[in-house]
Amino acid sequence: MSKESSLKKFYGTREAYGETLVKLGRINRDIVVLDADLSGSTKTSMFAKEFPDRFFNMGVAEQNLIGTAAGLAASGKTVFVSTFAVFLTGRAWEQVRQSVSFPKQNVKLVSSHGGITVGPDGASHQSTEDISLMRTLANMKVVIPADAYEVKKVVEYAANFKGPIYIRCSRDKFPVLFDEDYVFELGKGKILRDGKDATIFACGIMVSASLEAASVLEQEGIDVRVVNMSSLKPIDEDLIIRSADDTGAIITAEEHSIIGGLGSAVAEILGENRPTPMIRVGIKDRFGMSGSSEDLLREYGLTATNLVNSAKKVLEKKGERVKA
Amino acid sequence: MVTDKVILELGKKAKLMRINILKMLTKAGSGHTGGSLSAVELLVSLYFYKMRHNPADPKWEERDKFVLSKGHAAPAFYSVLALSGYFPIEELMNLRKLGSILRGHPFSAVTPGVEVSTGSLGQGLSMAGGMAIAGKLDKKNTRVYAILGDGECQEGQIWESAMSCAHYKLDNLCVLIDRNGFQIDGPIMKIMEVEPFAQKWKAFGWEVFEVDGHNLREITDALDSAEKVRGRPSVIIAETIKGKGVSFIENENRFHGTTPTKEELEKALKEIGADE
Ligand SMILES: Cc1ncc(C[n+]2csc(CCOP(=O)(O)OP(=O)(O)O)c2C)c(N)n1
Repeated sequence: MSKESSLKKFYGTREAYGETLVKLGRINRDIVVLDADLSGSTKTSMFAKEFPDRFFNMGVAEQNLIGTAAGLAASGKTVFVSTFAVFLTGRAWEQVRQSVSFPKQNVKLVSSHGGITVGPDGASHQSTEDISLMRTLANMKVVIPADAYEVKKVVEYAANFKGPIYIRCSRDKFPVLFDEDYVFELGKGKILRDGKDATIFACGIMVSASLEAASVLEQEGIDVRVVNMSSLKPIDEDLIIRSADDTGAIITAEEHSIIGGLGSAVAEILGENRPTPMIRVGIKDRFGMSGSSEDLLREYGLTATNLVNSAKKVLEKKGERVKA
Repeated sequence: MVTDKVILELGKKAKLMRINILKMLTKAGSGHTGGSLSAVELLVSLYFYKMRHNPADPKWEERDKFVLSKGHAAPAFYSVLALSGYFPIEELMNLRKLGSILRGHPFSAVTPGVEVSTGSLGQGLSMAGGMAIAGKLDKKNTRVYAILGDGECQEGQIWESAMSCAHYKLDNLCVLIDRNGFQIDGPIMKIMEVEPFAQKWKAFGWEVFEVDGHNLREITDALDSAEKVRGRPSVIIAETIKGKGVSFIENENRFHGTTPTKEELEKALKEIGADE
């Protein structure tokens, strides 16, 4: 671990979710929370403890979990529903489609254990397709917060907004990037560090890795813009196009398959508006596997080091294009 | 009728299994302790008594097949596979490490003796049903076994499969349920009751056996009886203790998904009599 990273503060995204739920539960009596035998992991247990009457553990039954949530929402409740990302978005996908997103029910899908940093449990419990699965559903909003403070703001936003939204939290604690004053805006990317040579669009844990990569690149005279693209849907089209114009080279960084996730979302916008040299950093058409989070991030190239190399590669592509 | 000598031998295997499970989990530092220890006698009875299988030739055409539907009990599964000779015992110490053949949950592509991949609960019974249908199509004399968790039986897919296995009269299929009374968030009866359990299976058209899931004689007898049932699948509901074999792990649900510390391992091994 570098000296810099050992000084970092860490704060769990799922802990932030649990705390925020309790806070919201005190203000809004219409909030109900459902889980599927993972409340200790997703941290909905915190809400269950304070509001046992408004918490429903559905057991190991994700499809019924989603259907019940939809029924509660159809009856006027603001429903938060949680389990591991792979089960929430995968096991119950068609229930989410038919019962939640199609009728635009007021259901908030908040997962824990997104991505591969689930670690040693392995591929069955890792979620490398959740963005893709949720992004493709009409009416569904998708947000992957970059740190625990952003989680708090996104969850508050979700409680006050009517309609379905998917929010991904993680097992591992994330480095702290923001504070209580952070302002979340759905559909907006946030430039965390400006630069002129290339732009990294990142979400989730990859935002802090991108900032790390940017400082390394800076020492080598490469000036990179880093954008927190936590709002994957709606996505900030203007900022994507503007960054293509400003920097002429794009990198995307996500703890997710490069098929269907952030990289795809950005490529879709660029392809239609500003074809631009681009590299997608993410999981390359593979399943996850068992291992420590650190080993896995390295194995799948989800590191600052790989982002540095990718930035150099995309700059080469950009150079070739300028020459040609 | 199984001889006392056979039961005694199976008991020794069960003890070895527990020792290996505890050691590998402590080494891995993560994994499911309680639900592995509760399934030991079920696995021992299958692999060292009932099933026809060939560790030297895991793909032997005439083998009986096994599905660990509650995939998180992988440590128990790997331990019985290693003791059977599918791979060296030493491999157990690589559990959950990057690149190991022993993943956190069973993955058929990398582990000899693992027929299908599980870990997402509720899916194993359907696959076992498919394998049993294939056995019938191919006019094989082989059988299919599956171990399910009681919490796992909250999944709707279990009951979809329960219906189809009975509909297709899969008498070559025998399910064992590790009825330890717990799931992750607490006791089953508090989180999501599954009782009346035996009646449910009966109502779905299954032959039901109820046994003490740590009594090797009762389990082996039930396995023998199940083999004689014609025209419907069998289920053996095995009353078990989560964490069986170690006093401070038994019914202590924090050990659902956590592992013993080094000190706890020492204590546990002493209790089991690992040196004897
Ligand atoms: C589809 C799915 N949902 C949730 C989980 C997480 N999970 C792992 S074990 C478990 C509890 C299972 O209880 P049970 O089947 O009784 O297992 P045991 O108590 O015997 O370990 C849960 C919810 C999972 N593996 N798969």
